[in-house]
Amino acid sequence: MHQKKKRYKMWLTIIGLVIALIWLSPFYLMLVNAFKTKFDIFNSVLALPETLTLDNFRQAFIDLDFLNALMNSLIVSGASILIIIIFSSMAAYALSRNKSRLSGGIFLIFVAAMLIPFQSVMIPLISIFGKVNMLNTSGLIFMYLGFGSSLSIFLYHGAVKGIPVSLDEAAMIDGASRWTIFWKIIFPMLKPITMTVMILNVIWIWNDYLLPSLVLSQAYATIPLRMFFFFGQYTKQWHLALAGLTIAIIPVVLIYFFAQKHIIKGVADGAVK
Amino acid sequence: MTNKNISFWLFILPALFALAVVVFYPFLYGFYYTFTDWNGLTATTFLGFENYINVFQDESFTDAIKFTIIFAVVSIILVNLIGLGLAVLVTQKMKINNGLRTIFFMPNLIGGLILGFIWQFIFKSGFDAVGRLLDLEFLQGWLATTETGFWGLVILNVWQYAGYIMIIYISYLQSVPGELLEAAEIDGASVFQRFWRIKFPLVAPAFTVSLFLTLSNAFKLYDQNLALTNGGPYGSTEMLAMEIYKTAFSRYEMAFAQSKAVLFFILVALVAVTQVYWNKKREVDM
Repeated sequence: MHQKKKRYKMWLTIIGLVIALIWLSPFYLMLVNAFKTKFDIFNSVLALPETLTLDNFRQAFIDLDFLNALMNSLIVSGASILIIIIFSSMAAYALSRNKSRLSGGIFLIFVAAMLIPFQSVMIPLISIFGKVNMLNTSGLIFMYLGFGSSLSIFLYHGAVKGIPVSLDEAAMIDGASRWTIFWKIIFPMLKPITMTVMILNVIWIWNDYLLPSLVLSQAYATIPLRMFFFFGQYTKQWHLALAGLTIAIIPVVLIYFFAQKHIIKGVADGAVK
Repeated sequence: MTNKNISFWLFILPALFALAVVVFYPFLYGFYYTFTDWNGLTATTFLGFENYINVFQDESFTDAIKFTIIFAVVSIILVNLIGLGLAVLVTQKMKINNGLRTIFFMPNLIGGLILGFIWQFIFKSGFDAVGRLLDLEFLQGWLATTETGFWGLVILNVWQYAGYIMIIYISYLQSVPGELLEAAEIDGASVFQRFWRIKFPLVAPAFTVSLFLTLSNAFKLYDQNLALTNGGPYGSTEMLAMEIYKTAFSRYEMAFAQSKAVLFFILVALVAVTQVYWNKKREVDM
């Protein structure tokens, strides 16, 4: 029985490893071919590179204007997520503590908004924001608050419900204002769900292409946007395109490497609630 | 906190204002203009339902609906089957579990646009090289036909989302009580029986979440579509989101595009609501 179990586990491990290799193969092919010359790729896609030259990466890095794009992405994602966390947690707290019908109605409006796909509002949205000259980075950040608040409020709302009202009441008797109660007592207790909200929004906003492509001009382009222009330039030159793609995913892979446990937990919590 | 309390309003106002300005106002504004000849800036004539009637005569739109629905159905089945399979695999007590989970989930952190470009290389060059090496004709010339474009999108989508769906199934699988499984094992239940009779029914709620997520993902897919096939060859792999985008920003028919966008909303909302309702009902029945 024991022997049989051991064997079974060994087979399972082998199957797992084979699937993992298949899963990683696109990244592997991207990486090895990013080191090759155009001629080498044409000759053999599957072979290892003959020489380890960083020329492709150097040129892709410059043509992507990568540091600038990285900076733009950090500003857009950082600012959007910060205001989503601040305003969603505040709104969820108020909506959860107020038991009136009006409050329930407003909460329902936030939840219902999740049913509206982005493409259904995209055209008028761009037209309206264009009229008031808000097709820029700050306009984009504000749009992310609008699109991101629904799910974030929904998640925070559930978490606030789990915090006893007696905590608020005790602080109230001590003369604390709502503002103080929220930021000093409630918000710190929401830390686990704040992590989830942050992770879900980072994954979405960092990678978003369509909305920034409609809002931002070239100079303020985020990484996906810059990648799109870059790729258009190099459709017949895979060696440079692949080097650019590799550079673009390095920040994400690095963060994933250090925070994978939190990220996976955040995604699981966000989906299950 | 009561409604008359000023702090109630101060707390909800910023988020509510953003939602109103970014989602609800544009939605109603756009809806109004679908009854006109709006060009994105002004409208001169009231057309009634003309735009909506024309939408159904626009073959590029009806083709996109068909393509999207077939894509969604095939993707949902494969993403969920493979996602569940991976979840079952990585919850067997193996040493490499965590490593496998990390690998399967990884594609989800990278944007659809970048993944689409990577896979464009895999399909066009990688598949081709393997095809020539092993003399397999069906691996050559990918993305050049409607069929390979379709399966290319499906493969990309499955590869990307199966790891995400796996995470959801894992959290439900882990809530299955260990004693229950042990008891069944002692009573002589096979691996297969333990899965179908014990785990499967207890994991049913995960289907609601997973189906909802895969369905709305499949319907709204844009970045991957753009990066992998860009709708080609000849627009035959254009999905709904891309078709609406092109009507607006390549053909500049704004009112017409918005009419499609409104129908797109109705379709997505209808599917989502029916599906959640149906699943909730089934869960209760079980």
